[in-house]
Amino acid sequence: MTAKEKRALEISACKVRMGVIEGTYAAKSGHPGGSLSSADLFTYLYFKELNIDPAQPDKPDRDRFVLSKGHCAPGLYAALALRGFFPWEDLKTLRHIGSHLQGHPNMRSTPGVDMSTGSLGQGVSAACGMALAAKLQGNPCRVYTLLGDGEIEEGQVWEAFMFAHHYKLDNLRVIIDNNGLQIDGPVEQVMSSYPILDKLAAFGFETVEIDGHDFDALEGAFARAKTVKEKPFAILMRTTKGKGVSFMEDQVGWHGKAPNQEQYEIAMAELKAKLAELEAD
Amino acid sequence: MADVKKIATRMGYGAALKELGALHDNIVVFDADLAGSTQTATFAKAFPHRHFNCGIAEGNMMAVAAGAATMGMVAFASSFAMFAAGRAYEQVRNSIGYTRLNVKIGASHGGISVGEDGASHQCLEDYALMRSIPGMVVMSPADEVEARAMVKAAYEHEGPVYMRFGRSPVPVFHDEATFHFEIGKGEVMREGTDIAIIANGLLVAEALEAGELLAAQGVEARIINMATVKPLDEALVLKAAEECGRILTCEEHSVIGGLGDAVCSLLSEKRPTPVRRIGTPDVFGHSGPAAELLRQFGLCGPCIAQTALEFVRG
Repeated sequence: MTAKEKRALEISACKVRMGVIEGTYAAKSGHPGGSLSSADLFTYLYFKELNIDPAQPDKPDRDRFVLSKGHCAPGLYAALALRGFFPWEDLKTLRHIGSHLQGHPNMRSTPGVDMSTGSLGQGVSAACGMALAAKLQGNPCRVYTLLGDGEIEEGQVWEAFMFAHHYKLDNLRVIIDNNGLQIDGPVEQVMSSYPILDKLAAFGFETVEIDGHDFDALEGAFARAKTVKEKPFAILMRTTKGKGVSFMEDQVGWHGKAPNQEQYEIAMAELKAKLAELEAD
Repeated sequence: MADVKKIATRMGYGAALKELGALHDNIVVFDADLAGSTQTATFAKAFPHRHFNCGIAEGNMMAVAAGAATMGMVAFASSFAMFAAGRAYEQVRNSIGYTRLNVKIGASHGGISVGEDGASHQCLEDYALMRSIPGMVVMSPADEVEARAMVKAAYEHEGPVYMRFGRSPVPVFHDEATFHFEIGKGEVMREGTDIAIIANGLLVAEALEAGELLAAQGVEARIINMATVKPLDEALVLKAAEECGRILTCEEHSVIGGLGDAVCSLLSEKRPTPVRRIGTPDVFGHSGPAAELLRQFGLCGPCIAQTALEFVRG
């Protein structure tokens, strides 16, 4: 990727983070922490990786994305809005009565959302079903799904991983956002899901571990995924929960809490300064 | 009905899937290591590349089926009723019900007639669980002919469907040449105005036997096969209430939350009418041969006739 492309992605990611803050602030609830740790991935997917067209959100050969960790909807919504699936202003209706932006993704209400999720562990299974059907239909699309490192404590996730390997779903990309924190505390203390990479390998995945905030690393991982045949591919992303907003970074308390007005203003000022810095270069 | 041919309704499920599979390329069938029992093996033999065993992982199977349905497939997902409706309830609710996807759940071995396996496998709560999911169609056929017609209707229906089939052979009393099935429509099997007996599943055959026993006692019972528990054929129930004055419901399900409750809810709001419900009481079942269990729990022709007689004669 060129330096210019990378800068454009960094600018988009900063805007996605602003969307997360706008949305959760307007909703007075929601999940900024994981949305921010995944913001670079959302940006990379919707601005670089996925074969999608905001003008035709239902086109049959589009790549699919399933947000298995559905609570990070504010991040997904911000990326979709920035990419043109719906107006940016809609983000301020997040979680409001009458809004198409439900607390967790709803495929029936929001353009660009491929699967309704929110109950942890189910999205990855649905992604497997999509990948399986795509193979059956000769549909060249790829299916991407993002899980949390806490989410993989759900047994169903491992049922799905077993399925993905058994049916050789090489059109599936499983991404795990390893920000290390879940609602009740550090993953290591609540219920360790480690060693994640070893477990994925044991389940038959081709795996790679990367810095989830590094666009070059994301590009390398997704490029490698294309070379893998007959087995599913998994990316373990090391990330920082709350990334990009200083007081939210690595703080478990920001898993599912909205900023108040003062916090909102500080967060937006930080992100605006970052954006100005990126755009000035 | 000793001379009548007996076939388990689950056989109809397998046969219909095979018929549909030949007609429609968009059908995929999922099973969870019970393909031989649920009869999806019949489909698997004919269309191996469209049958996917998910192993003993029902929750994953339901959400996989949902994912396939988002791609335009009509997904049939099968297991025992206990695991399809019970274990995977939340996957059915969130990944199939909430999404309104085209997933058809074929749940075999429903009810107490599973028999010897005992309470852990005797699902007596599936109507209650599935009825409570918005938009879910809930059905159970009375015989093999109806089972096949039901599966075809489920394919044509846009959206999620739950179908319960039985393990045990039951009499085939529908004539395939003339039988027409419609989701949400009950079927009057016998005319009468002294009492209306509304049944489904294997209890329809028992209710018909009860109808004959009652006739011998001078009581003319209207027998209704209510294969669709939801959406309920309200007009037919209200008409029966108006013309018969008493309703007896019969189901191989807990009296809590099933067909009887659906009928009571309707009548209490729209036409208060005395109702008695035959079903399993608020207890778990236990091991034993199906026929003996059905008799023990009052789910048999003579038991239904006796309850009806007491009801009619006050």
